[in-house]
Amino acid sequence: MLVLGIETSCDETGLAVYDTERGLLARALHSQVAMHEAYGGVVPELASRDHIRRVVPLARRVLGEAGASPADLDGIAYTEGPGLAGALLVGASVAASLAYARGIPAIGVHHLEGHLLSPLLAARPPAFPFVALLVSGGHTQLMRVAGVGRYRLLGETLDDAAGEAFDKTAQLLGLGYPGGPAIARLAESGAEGRFRLPRPMHASGDLDFSFSGLKTAVRDLVRGEILDAQTKADIARALQSAIVDVLVAKAAAAVRATGLARLVVAGGVGANRHLRSRLDAEAARCGFEVFYPELELCTDNGAMIAFAGALRLASARDRGSATGGAVAAEGPGPHAFTVRPRWDLAALAPAAELA
Amino acid sequence: MNLIAIETSTERLSLAASAGGRVRESTRVVGQRHAELVLDALDALLAEAGLDRRDLEGVAFGAGPGSFTGVRIAAGVAQGLAFGLGIPVLGVSTLEALAEPAGAPRVIACLDARMGEVYCAAYERSGEAWTAVAEPVVCPPEDVAVPAGRGWLGRGSGFAAYGDALRARLGDALAAIEAEAFPTAAAVLRLATPRLAAGAGVDPADAQPVYVRDKVALKTSERG
Repeated sequence: MLVLGIETSCDETGLAVYDTERGLLARALHSQVAMHEAYGGVVPELASRDHIRRVVPLARRVLGEAGASPADLDGIAYTEGPGLAGALLVGASVAASLAYARGIPAIGVHHLEGHLLSPLLAARPPAFPFVALLVSGGHTQLMRVAGVGRYRLLGETLDDAAGEAFDKTAQLLGLGYPGGPAIARLAESGAEGRFRLPRPMHASGDLDFSFSGLKTAVRDLVRGEILDAQTKADIARALQSAIVDVLVAKAAAAVRATGLARLVVAGGVGANRHLRSRLDAEAARCGFEVFYPELELCTDNGAMIAFAGALRLASARDRGSATGGAVAAEGPGPHAFTVRPRWDLAALAPAAELA
Repeated sequence: MNLIAIETSTERLSLAASAGGRVRESTRVVGQRHAELVLDALDALLAEAGLDRRDLEGVAFGAGPGSFTGVRIAAGVAQGLAFGLGIPVLGVSTLEALAEPAGAPRVIACLDARMGEVYCAAYERSGEAWTAVAEPVVCPPEDVAVPAGRGWLGRGSGFAAYGDALRARLGDALAAIEAEAFPTAAAVLRLATPRLAAGAGVDPADAQPVYVRDKVALKTSERG
């Protein structure tokens, strides 16, 4: 089953072709980061305007690399939510219309499900069940994943996402947008221990997070310091250490609480090297395994959407059902394309057990 | 030619299909439910016209100006269909589509652009075609271009929202007003047909909305 995946939920246009027999055949990504930089953040209308310029050329490119044409496709997967409404609509409208033109199914995929399942695309995929730490600019969640569509929320951030704390600190340090990777680079040359930031909810006893207080703590810190290069690096180091400490402690607690032996890390912050080495050390100490997606699949991409869509389409086909896993809304006809800017992952229906 | 046209720049969902010279149209008020309804409505219209989607030879769409999201849905659907079917696309100005069905030879097409502004253009009919006397712009109603001469028909929601300001601005040039008029897919189809027949259709990647209002955010350096 050959599936085209289209991701347009925020500021990256991601396209990919996945084949259920041959695996990931091609992928392409256009990042809008440079365009939004001048505005200090993502401008939703400009994001939408860019997506509609990129989708068809990128679709052509990945199909070409996969040696396929639209006529060879068996299904189209697109990100249905959560994300920016206008941006989601671009991917949804092209996907649904292309599917209609070819007489093949279109399936809306939950963006976070894409992230959650992306480690399964790696050379060494984890088996179900596992604990997933989903950590990005928009999300910080711990989930118990028993299978495709079988997710139980264990804990999540009560305010800002971890990636947001990175981005906002970067802004305070004048590092531009988006700041996560810049903070991580700077932290390499920072001195451990010169500044000490709080570890919010470290000992809360549950699996929830809170990162908004860190931003305030950094702001107070910045106010009292002369921001030379070393000071910036030391603050970056302190921030990264604080966030990583909390993420590692909560992820390990989630593994203990569920009694599972596998931890999967997904989302943009999952690319952070310090986080990876600390999690590896914790896993070795506590006796569990950690799985990461390929670095390129940590951030938003079309491959995870093509993959998650293909799993659901294949599962629906095997059950003889035309629909995918999304809970069917009432009213709309078979070719309706809806988007869900806000969409709870727990509302997803499970796919049939996969071989 | 077997063609379809999609116009979703207003709160209406308007579709038209031509098969063997016969045109069918479907237009209704849907608010913001275009995405949910457009493909099923298109499917029904094609069935009514006895057209298989694979028999289509071109797709036309209302490219704007109008609702940003609306014109992007039209463009996205046109792109997806054309890419899947391997056929050309043609975007048509919503203001020209607004002028097209008028019985008069001189039309000031004007749509409410919100935020105290209108999308406005002036067209003069010469034979079967329209010539833009004033190209589409977005501006306050007090600043619209006043075309030369008299006998201009004012059409569109701009005249419903800012009738007094536009009447004051256009003065003697304005002969009559049809404020209830809106761009339809049938008008888009009529304008697109000779152009697509002449090979003016483009690749789906080049089928882009025309927003006219291009300043949508301030850069960090522009903020006070």
